[in-house]
Parts: sequence; structure tokens; C-alpha cells
Amino acid sequence: MRVTLTVNGSQRTADDVWEGESLLFVLRERLALPGSKNACEQGECGSCTVLLDDVPVCACLVAAGQAAHRRVVTVEGLAPRGELGPVQQAFLEAGAVQCGFCTPGLIVQVHDLLRRTAGAGLPPPGDADIREALAGNLCRCTGYEKILDAVRLAASRLPVMP
Amino acid sequence: MRPFAYFRAEDPADAVARFGPGAMYLGGGTNLVDLMRLGVARPGLLVDVSRLPLDRVGPAAGGGGLLIGAAVRNSDLAAHPLVRERYPMLARAVLSGASGQIRNMATVGGNLLQRTRCAYFQDVSMPCNKRAPGSGCPAIAGDHENLAIIGHSAGAGGSACVATHPSDMAVALTALDARVHVTGAAGDRVIPMPGLHRLPGAEPDRDTVLEAGDLITAVELPPPPPGRSLYRKVRERASFAFALVSAAALLDVAGDGTTRGCKLALGGVAHAPWRAYTAERAVAGLPATASAFSAAADAELAQARPLPGNAHKVALARGLITAVLEELSR
Ligand SMILES: Cc1cc2nc3c(=O)[nH]c(=O)nc-3n(C[C@H](O)[C@H](O)[C@H](O)COP(=O)(O)OP(=O)(O)OC[C@H]3O[C@@H](n4cnc5c(N)ncnc54)[C@H](O)[C@@H]3O)c2cc1C
Ligand code: SF4
Ligand code: FES
Ligand code: FES
Repeated sequence: MRVTLTVNGSQRTADDVWEGESLLFVLRERLALPGSKNACEQGECGSCTVLLDDVPVCACLVAAGQAAHRRVVTVEGLAPRGELGPVQQAFLEAGAVQCGFCTPGLIVQVHDLLRRTAGAGLPPPGDADIREALAGNLCRCTGYEKILDAVRLAASRLPVMP
Repeated sequence: MRPFAYFRAEDPADAVARFGPGAMYLGGGTNLVDLMRLGVARPGLLVDVSRLPLDRVGPAAGGGGLLIGAAVRNSDLAAHPLVRERYPMLARAVLSGASGQIRNMATVGGNLLQRTRCAYFQDVSMPCNKRAPGSGCPAIAGDHENLAIIGHSAGAGGSACVATHPSDMAVALTALDARVHVTGAAGDRVIPMPGLHRLPGAEPDRDTVLEAGDLITAVELPPPPPGRSLYRKVRERASFAFALVSAAALLDVAGDGTTRGCKLALGGVAHAPWRAYTAERAVAGLPATASAFSAAADAELAQARPLPGNAHKVALARGLITAVLEELSR
């Protein structure tokens, strides 16, 4: 089937999509957007996290048909090409990236947490909120401490969030 | 995997009309897309019901209860003000399951009908009476640490199954006396909980009493019963794991310190969310004390038939029931 969807602000079309194909496969293999990572393909690691109609989901568990005519934002869409968004900047400064496989999913999930917090006019999230928000994002390398540092750093700059 | 077709339904009648042999409804896809990838589910047609206009939470017609549409997302259900205020136990149960990303996709209907997490069921190279009736149940001689301790059919040979139902939400709904609204080829009906999910008996391939093509449209809750409520889940790590054992409990203690009402359901112990009627009857009218609660837990678990590798879950369940009721009585 043919699937048309909006990805990072542009309308994109993928042809010959098999109905059971995942959104993650469509993004990576058909639309040349390899930012979202494929690690577990079963919803456990969060490395494939994208925004679907502004809500973070695991792209590996979304059937391609379900994403048709909807809005998808991947990690590639969070900052203009060649620039860093505030969450990416904080991850870099805090040294929260080692192999980097979990990073795109974390960036999208943290972006959503901070955007929702700022949007609701709430104070920066505490450690418990951060841990709960990131419970679905696994990292095999960092031990999470530097990731928490990065989120705290990005959160401390909240007013500059888009 | 076989090729198949995809159809996005516009309303419930449309969905039911399109359902035919080999078809499956698709909710959020968080369980079904995974099972398709594993080859456990091989639908010829996917009827997407996640975008049906069944996405509202509001007062039920007459009587002060709540009607929850089957396409409501798990995250929206847990965040809904009426749920948080009036049924906090349900919000807790939903939030204790999966991760934010998954709850954002998962629907109420799909959560109720998610399949077991038994590792053999998910592995098509293994026999499994639930997936391939009559092929055997390797879990009984193999890995069953997290599987059922009560109501299973371990002794039944070709229909043996010791699987558990993995949903947290369903355990809370079972304690709350929820009613599941269903529409299908034979018209509309309402199925009480407990009563939607079945024990394996002679047909372990059937998780529920639903017939092919039955579509869940809503879940109705009666007005919240008096007293306090709690959902507690025991698992291998503090977050993002299925329950070893969980309990949804409501307790109403009278002014004289005796138990006026108790509703208790257990998760992780059986093929269906397990309503602990024996324990409920055992505490009724007695002083709301730890000794009464632990006697009730013993009475309930007298029915348990643990397997060699999961006897610890009986002890876990006993401790959990007692602790949860004690906390509610304080
Ligand atoms: C990594 C991971 C961890 C998880 N941890 C937990 C946990 O701790 N606790 C927990 O409770 N759950 C957990 N889950 C399971 C999750 O809650 C379920 O996958 C989810 O609720 C299923 O909902 P869905 O809408 O995505 O269902 P789908 O995958 O779309 O469908 C599931 C089944 O329901 C049927 N169906 C869907 N909607 C309807 C309807 N309206 N009428 C009739 N049939 C329908 C489908 O045909 C399918 O058979 C976890 C899942 C993952 C991937
Ligand atoms: S316990 Fe049930 S689901 Fe698991 S292998 Fe046995 S028959 Fe299959
Ligand atoms: S690849 Fe999607 S959650 Fe791991
Ligand atoms: S940095 Fe390697 S998995 Fe997180």
C-alpha cells in the first residue's frame, strides 16, 4: 500500500509498504531517516521513540497504516540541520552520550517531558518525574547518572524551550 | 509473515461489518504489532479500531458511574480528572503498567485483550496449547516462575496451560465490578468483570468469552464504592516490568472498627484477573485487623496449586493481600 504522512513538517510518501510494516521501518528504510534506532523491536528500549501527533510513542510498535495522514516528528526534526536543540546541547555538555544508540530516543522523550512541563507552566521536573518519564528508555552504557545530569541541565534552561 | 490488508474503520458498525475470517481488530498495536512480527498472530486483515469515536470518558447513563470508550488511550485514562478523583486505584493500576511511550498508544480495549507474556506462547518454534491447541505446554516442565498459581489446568495434558493474564488495568476493573460493552454480529451485550476473561479449562486458546468479531466499545464503572482503595504491584524492578503479583483492593471500615465492605482482585496469579471472593467473605463483619486479613489471605490461597518453580508467588500473594488491607484499614 501507499502511505502518506507528514514527517518533520514535510509531506512524505512511501510506496509498496507492507501493511504490517512498522513505522520505524518506514522511517529508517524507506524515508532515509536513520535517527530513530532499532534495538529491541518490542517496545522495551525506547530507542525508536518518535512523536506521533505530538505524543511520544515507540515507532517499532506502530503499524505503518496507523501513521497514515498523521504527523511524525523524529529526532532529525527537533533542530534545524547542523544545529543542536536545547536537549541535544545539554546531553553533549553533560557527557550523557557514550555509544549513542539510546540517545535519539532519549532526546525525543526528554524534549516531550520539558515541552509539556513548560507548556503547563510547571516548575522543572524533579528527579522522580524524570525517572518515571524515562522509564521506557534503556541505556546499556552510561548508568543513567550523566543522563539525569543532562535532563536537569536542560530543565534548568526551561524558559528557552520552544 | 503473510501479506494482509489494512482498513481504518470509521464507526463500530463499519468495523464489525468489515470483520471476516482471518481478520483482527487493531487497537494501539503495542501487543498485536509485536505478535505479528513474532509470527504468533497472522491476520489476513487488520481492522484498525484505534481511531473510532470511542475516545471519550464521561458519566455513564443513569446512576453516577463512568463510561470509558474502548479507544481511550491508557495515558489519557490515567490522567482523566474523573478517574483520578473517583477511581484513583484505576489510575494507579494503569500508570504501573508499561512505559509512557506505550501507554500513549495502548487503548482500553487492547489492554483488556492483550495476550499472555508466557515466553513459549511468544516463540513459534515451541509447542504451546494456547497458540497451537493440543501441542503441549512446555512451561509446566520448563520456565513457569512468573506463571499461574491458581485456577490453571496444569494436569490437563493436551489442554494444559499455566499462563497468566498480564494486564494491570484489568485487575483494577475486576475489583471495581466493571461492565464491558461489546458489539458484534449478534448485536450488543454487556459482560461483567470478572467474567470477561476465562480460566483455561479445556480451551486454553480462548482468553475470554468473546466470539470472533466481537468489538469492545466501552467499559462502564458503577459509582465508586465507599471506603478507600489501593493498587499495589510486586515486580522484579521498581518500574517497567510485568507484575509477579498485584492486588487491587477496596476496604470500607465501619465506625466500630469492623469491615463493612471489601473488594479484592489479584493480578499475576491466574489466566484471568482473580477476584478474591473467598477473602472478601472472610473479612466481612470482622474487626479490621492484621490477623483477620492474614486469615482471609490464607482462606483465599487454600485454592492455590503452585508449580515447583513458583511456590514463592503464594507467599508473595499472602503477604501482599495482608499488607494492602492493613494499609487501607489505618
Ligand atoms: C515493553 C512492554 C511492557 C509492558 N508492560 C505492561 C505492564 O507492566 N502492565 C500491563 O498491564 N501491560 C503492559 N504492557 C502491555 C500493554 O499494556 C498492552 O500492549 C496494551 O495495553 C495493548 O493495547 P493496544 O491498544 O496497543 O492493543 P493491540 O496490540 O492493538 O491489541 C491487543 C489485542 O486486542 C484486540 N483488540 C484491540 N482493541 C479491541 C477492541 N476494541 N475490541 C476487540 N478487540 C480489540 C486486538 O485484536 C489484539 O488481539 C506492556 C507492553 C510492552 C510492549
Ligand atoms: S502456559 Fe499456556 S501459553 Fe504458556 S506454553 Fe503453556 S499452554 Fe502455552
Ligand atoms: S526498538 Fe522500539 S522500543 Fe526498542
Ligand atoms: S549510550 Fe550506549 S546505550 Fe546509551
